[in-house]
Amino acid sequence: MLRRWQRSARRSCGFIRALGLNQRWSQTDSNRQTRFAGLLLVPAVALLLITTAQAQQRALPLDVLRSGSEFAGSDVRGMQSDDLANPGFLWVERGEKSWNDSKSGASCASCHGEARASMRGVAARYPAFDAASGTVMDLEARINDCRVRRQKQNALVRESDDLLGISAYVASQSRGLPLSTRIDGPASAAFDRGRAFYNQRHGQMNLSCAQCHDQNWGKRIYAETLSQGHGNAFPAYKLEWQTLGSLQRRIRACLFGIRAEMPPAGASELIDLELFLAWRAQGLPLEAPGVRR
Amino acid sequence: MADSRISVPDAARRDEAIEVRISIRHAMETGYRTDESGKPVARNVIRSFACRYNGDPVFAVRMSSGIAANPYFRFFVTARDSGTLDFEWIDDAGTRGTAQATVKVV
Repeated sequence: MLRRWQRSARRSCGFIRALGLNQRWSQTDSNRQTRFAGLLLVPAVALLLITTAQAQQRALPLDVLRSGSEFAGSDVRGMQSDDLANPGFLWVERGEKSWNDSKSGASCASCHGEARASMRGVAARYPAFDAASGTVMDLEARINDCRVRRQKQNALVRESDDLLGISAYVASQSRGLPLSTRIDGPASAAFDRGRAFYNQRHGQMNLSCAQCHDQNWGKRIYAETLSQGHGNAFPAYKLEWQTLGSLQRRIRACLFGIRAEMPPAGASELIDLELFLAWRAQGLPLEAPGVRR
Repeated sequence: MADSRISVPDAARRDEAIEVRISIRHAMETGYRTDESGKPVARNVIRSFACRYNGDPVFAVRMSSGIAANPYFRFFVTARDSGTLDFEWIDDAGTRGTAQATVKVV
């Protein structure tokens, strides 16, 4: 038992060293960064305050945002950009069938018509606040809400091929459009919770999302390059998973990696975080169905 | 689970080598994994895949656990006559999948 604990403690030290995140180092560096960034941020923040009604301070300014595909190899990028080699389209086609399936009552198409027209740009605005339920919903939650309330059908299980198919089909209609989530008004409380979760240290590794994806992106973590942690490719086909998965699954995998508690699929903490991530990636083109390692 | 996606050129010149691409939806369960209770998950991979061009075999593969999920094939066929490409595959569970594409020689 003790030996196992020692081994796991050694392994986590290795993990933290690999990140360059030993605490003293990260403390001094973040001070230096804050001071330096402060000089640059003053004009940028002033500009933001003028241009947007409710400017939020960004750890990553919009002009340094880089999609996850830029951190991937050319093989993975090639796979994503080729609609036949991209396995995500197997789910998109499945979703198209579900969209038009009226066997058990009204289909999605009965109300929304041609997805190519009606769903263009929709996924780029999600997660979004839903007035009827008073909550913020991600795309999967919205699809299930529609199924239960409007179509009078059962909710689909998160990460099931059926739900991923529909969300991939809907999301693929917005390919290339910039993410533009609204975080003002009734969504602001969820946004603040999502931001707090992002900056909060979690789990046995005591790491926050920001420590990897804001402060150390571009550096190596073992054999991988740390990305900026944007969700603009999801639902995405992860070669590691050998299947399509949602952004929530990806976030849960990160939490697993830092040995933190994983909220269950569909939990509001994850949706709040998805909202914050969508705002953080604002302007990046939607790539769903993406391909990632 | 017989989903597949195929790409064949819309039209080809006679005796031209045409590119045929197919992506098949299959979990390709290796047989090396265990489920949550520790029981081994039975191997289920696409054992064989074949393509016939107007009835003649033009491409065939035998596969095992080393092939990733959702296998993707790309191969070339000489377009002799207009007709059909028939794809057929079978997995360890005995599930058969078929697909068809049209070749138009102009």
